[in-house]
Parts: sequence; C-alpha cells; structure tokens
Amino acid sequence: MKEKDILDGEASRLEGMTELKHLNEEVVTSLSREKGEPDWMLKKRLYSLSVFESKPIPTWGVDLSGLKLDDLAYYVKPDVEKVDSLSDLPADLKKTFDALGIPEAERNFLAGNGIMYQSEVIYERMKDRLAKQGVIFMSMDEAVKKHPDLVQKYFMTRCVPPTYHKFAALNGAIWSGGTFLYVPKGVKVSMPVQVYYLVDHPSMGQFEHTVIVAEDDASVEYIEGCSAPMYVKGGLHAGIMEIFVGKRARVRVTTIQNWSKNIYNLVTKRAIVEEEGKMEWVEASLGSKVTMLYPASVLAGRGARAEHFYVSMAGDGQVLDTGAKIVHAAPDTSAYVLSRSISKGSGRAIYRGQVRVNPGATGCSSSVKCDSLLISDESSTATFPTEEVYEPDADVSHEATAGRIAEEQLFYLMSRGFSEEEARGLIVRGFMEPVTKKIPLEYAVEFNKIVEAEVKNGVA
Amino acid sequence: MTLNVEDLYVSAKNGKDILNGVSFTLPDGGVHVIMGPNGSGKSTLALTLAGSPDFVVKSGKVEFDGVDLLSLGPDQRAKKGLFLAFQKQVEIPGVPLKDMIWEAYRVRWSGSGRPSIIDFRKNLSATASTLSFPETFLERGVNEGFSGGEGKKSEVLQMLMLKPKLAILDEVDSGLDVDSLRVVADAIKRFVEDGHSALIITHHFDLLNYIEPDVVYVMKGGKIVDEGDITLARIIEREGYSRWGGEQAGRDD
Repeated sequence: MKEKDILDGEASRLEGMTELKHLNEEVVTSLSREKGEPDWMLKKRLYSLSVFESKPIPTWGVDLSGLKLDDLAYYVKPDVEKVDSLSDLPADLKKTFDALGIPEAERNFLAGNGIMYQSEVIYERMKDRLAKQGVIFMSMDEAVKKHPDLVQKYFMTRCVPPTYHKFAALNGAIWSGGTFLYVPKGVKVSMPVQVYYLVDHPSMGQFEHTVIVAEDDASVEYIEGCSAPMYVKGGLHAGIMEIFVGKRARVRVTTIQNWSKNIYNLVTKRAIVEEEGKMEWVEASLGSKVTMLYPASVLAGRGARAEHFYVSMAGDGQVLDTGAKIVHAAPDTSAYVLSRSISKGSGRAIYRGQVRVNPGATGCSSSVKCDSLLISDESSTATFPTEEVYEPDADVSHEATAGRIAEEQLFYLMSRGFSEEEARGLIVRGFMEPVTKKIPLEYAVEFNKIVEAEVKNGVA
Repeated sequence: MTLNVEDLYVSAKNGKDILNGVSFTLPDGGVHVIMGPNGSGKSTLALTLAGSPDFVVKSGKVEFDGVDLLSLGPDQRAKKGLFLAFQKQVEIPGVPLKDMIWEAYRVRWSGSGRPSIIDFRKNLSATASTLSFPETFLERGVNEGFSGGEGKKSEVLQMLMLKPKLAILDEVDSGLDVDSLRVVADAIKRFVEDGHSALIITHHFDLLNYIEPDVVYVMKGGKIVDEGDITLARIIEREGYSRWGGEQAGRDD
C-alpha cells in the first residue's frame, strides 16, 4: 500500500505533511509497514491498540473531557529530510526556534545531538566520542531496525507495559520517534545528551517513545526540551519514557516542557532502579493546557535511590498536575521529592504523589516536600499525597506548604529600587531556585525569564 | 541632598498614633543621629521615610531634594537616592545576595558609565572584605539564615554598593560585637567622606565612639524634642532620657 493511500492529506502549513486520522488496525499496520518494522513490533502495536480500545479515559484527577481523540492527527511525516549540520536546517525551522526563544547556547548544544521535529528525528549526529564508548544514541525508529534485540528486551516490557494505562497503550499503538539511549556497563557519559521536541502542526498528536538503559556502573544525563507554537486546535502529547538504571548506575533525566497552552500533555515516565543505582528526575513544566505527569521510580534493588525535582508554573486556564510515584520494592532504598509550584490567574498547580513501601522493604526512607506559591486571589493549589507503608520501620514524611508573597519581602526589595513587578519576579525566581539550579544554566535562565514575565503579567 | 521633614503625623495601620509632629532638616552631607528610648517612634520614622505600607501618614510634609517624597512609592524613593538599612532583616530565599545587589544597582543606575558585572563583582568582593563579611555569604539567599551581625553587615554592604545620597541606618549597631561595630563605623565614615549623608538611628552611644556626628536629635513620644552635638549624646549615655520628661507609653520599637 502506498503512503498516500492511507494518509489523509489535510492541507497543512508545510508542504508534504500528511496525517493519519482514523485509528484502527489497518492504519496501525500500515504505519508499521511504512516504517519497515519487524513483526514483533507490529504485534506490540496491535496489542497496544486493543488495550487502548478496551480502556476508558481516566476520570480521576484532571478533567479530560476537552480532549477529542478523534480529531487528532496521529502521525505527521516531516517534510524535511534528515540533515547533517545545524546550518542545513530549513530557515523556517530556524525561525521557529527563534520565535520559541530557544536560547543560542541550547541551539549550539543541538549541533551535536538530535532534534525531534514533529514525529521523527530529523537532525541527528552522534558524537564520535559516544560511539567510541559503545553508547547507542539514535531515534527509536532507527533502533528498532538496527538493534532489534536490545529494543525488544526493553520496549514496553517490564517498565511500561501497554496495560499500564490508556495513554500508554495509545503510545504503544502509534508511537513514532523518540530516543533510544543505551550506555554499556561501566561507561560514564560526561556530556549531557540532549533532544528537542517540537510540535509544529495544527491538531497533531506527539507520541514519541524513549528508552534509556544504563547498564551496571554506567552514568548518563539526558535533557529534553519540548515546545510548540500556538494553534487554534489543541493537540495531544502522550509520550513514554522507560528507564533502566543498572546496579550502581546513575541516570538523570531533565525535561523542560513549554508546550503551547492548548496541548494535553499526558506523559508516562517510569524508571526501574537496581541495587545502589540512582535515578534523578528534573521536571520543569510551563506550558500545556493540562499536564498529568507522575514520573515513577521503582526502587527494585537494595540501596537504590531516587530524587525527583519539580518546578511548575500554572498560568491562566492551565492545570498542571504533577507528582512522584515512589515504590520501595527493596530494603534500604531511599527517595527525596521536592516540588515547587506557582499558580497564577485561574491556573492550578497540583501535587499528586504516591509513596509505597512494599512488604519486606525494610530500612526505607522517603521524604516528600511540596511548596506552592499563589500569585493571585483566584489561583489555587492542592496536594494529594498517598502513602502505603507495609514495613513499620519505614521513615516516610510528607510536608506541604502554600502561601503568597509576603508584603515585607516586597517592601524590602522595593526599598532597594525594584518596582513591585521586579520584586515579585525576584521572589518567584528565588522560590524556584532549589529546583532550577538542577537545570543547565542556559535553560534555567530562559525558564526564569518566562516565569518572571508571566508573574509580571498576572498582577496588574 | 537635603531632607526636610515638617510636622509629620503617622499612625500604625491599627490607628494608633506613633509620630506626633516630627520636624527636622538634614543639610547635604554629614552624619546625623537620632537617639531616643524604645518606643519613641524612631523606627516608625525610618520606615515611613522609606515608604513602608505598614504606616499611615496622617499629615505633614517630607521633601527630599525638593521632591515630595510622600507621593512616591518605595522604589521611586530608592531611585531618588534614599536607602534604608533595615533593623529587622528580611529574607529573600533563593536569590543570591550578590545577584540582588547587582540587579538593584542596575535598576538604580541605568545608562552609560556603569561598570561591567565583572568589575562590579570584584568591587563587591573587595567591599565585603572590608566589612569582614564572608565571601560565601554573597552566594547565599538574601539574609537567608544570617545571624544578627551578618544581617547588619549585609545592609551596610548594600548601602556601600548602591551609593544612595542618604542612608538611614536603623539600629545598625545593635547585636554587633566590638570588632564588627568598628568595621561598620569605618564603613559609614568612608561613605560620608565620599559625599553621602547618613542618618543613624540608635539608642546606644557605642557607635558614636567611632563616628563623630554633625547633629544629634533626641526623639521622644513621637517628636523631636532636642537637638545638639556629640555632647548631647554623652549626656544621654550618662543620664538616659529622663531630662526630657518621664516615661511615656509608646510603641515598642
């Protein structure tokens, strides 16, 4: 079957873009064939589709009634061929980068890494050094073909199976793009590996699927940024990230999310951490209409550790529902969660987290701290912690605070010459600092700028 | 710089009268001191001049360099060259002190001739060192976890870096050990020698062992009740404030 036959050719801004509209077995099969995938992947897709169809849209937590799954484009083929250097990127895309305010430093970083434009990785140059170390870093589509055995071992198996939830299943059926990053035993990757996702099509779905494997004693840091210009119709981002942290290995994942404010951002992130391994999640959330983001750390081996750092800014009309899911499945495991959120206008930033200490997991500790700052009278926040503890010696704590900017802080800074807006911006920046200091500087500067601008707008 | 305070009446938000007709004039330059017992309204005066939202000006006039100060917000007053060293430090967690001072300098002094951030930082380090203020504290959040003495030095450091025309120092001497008192006094002296004015509010004599004031005002019951030179301060050190009338109930500041 020819590509054009199955693709609905709705007029789009960029020539050559096509969409899949009506999701069914035939469409999924065609997508898989088009990509030249092995049979096991097609089977996985079809199984995922059946799970997707059997599961209702979740009704707990955030209202998703505005999400119209039938109206989405499921796959958009980029109209630009893969390029070898940043200067080869189409001028259009470079302009988009400028408009989105992607910092220069970040673009320079991108010169050695991958950009995911729409659904496929269009720009990718593996660092020679990475290759020499035996590190595999490529798009998931490519990895399925080049490293089928490795991918089959990790792709939607024990970390995020299709049955995990409805949107995980949807991703399993129609995933496209994403990163496969494999770090062999004992290899330490010194430079962060970075990827940029851009949704640049009206009403498009983004379903990338990323798998990161750090074998025993390996270490790697992965940074992804996401953004989308605003379109009239909303979109859906339902990506998946599966992470395997080997014994004594260390993985840090940083996501800076700035989707346009009509995108439903329903992502699934889960890490399995083996003995003495350490997983760090850093999540900076700015954009989207609705975000449901609960990175999970399954502490599967003795002494495994997890750290989750979140910062989010919910502006007018946004609901950012984030939290950490910690499973202490082995003894002597520990977790630390710090969440700092800001709600402005009618925005609502929520912390929804879960800590579970399994039977037999003795000597565990979990500390969860979430602090919320309310910028306006109508903004709101909430905290929904759940704890399930089956070992009496577990040290599980949860602290939450919510407050407003103190008058005396404003006066103090204004007495130094800052306008009220500037003073608010500084106070908010300081509030976020324990998390933003975990983000690479170029991103943190940009992030602070955006939040400060939001805060200034919000207090007329 | 001139400051002219005329018949100033101020009350707390709860309506309680605190200043009952304060009048005095500061000429350009020099060290001026206001002394008074606890509750005499000294801090209220300082906070009101800086534009604190905690107090209500009932009547009176304040002219700063010919400008009606009371019509300006706290930030505009700072930009005109007024600075308050707070008696009670306010913490701004997560904003490194060095960044706050630099940005305050930037909003205060825009335009050409401003030093680069690198030169400014060098100067900041050098100035901190003259105050025996540890470099590591510059990296901390503004006043975050500072001791009383460190907080006072942080205020004086900001004063030295922001170069206001007039600095009001509200009990900058309290909680300082002898060595710290000396470095703070030296800093104020240098500040004044550079042509700036200082208005020191205190109820101790200690600081005046190191700085000779041009004028000493005595404040009591929300009013300026006397005016003189260093000898007036010496009398207060010996006798207290009893010669200006019996104990008066007032706001405890």
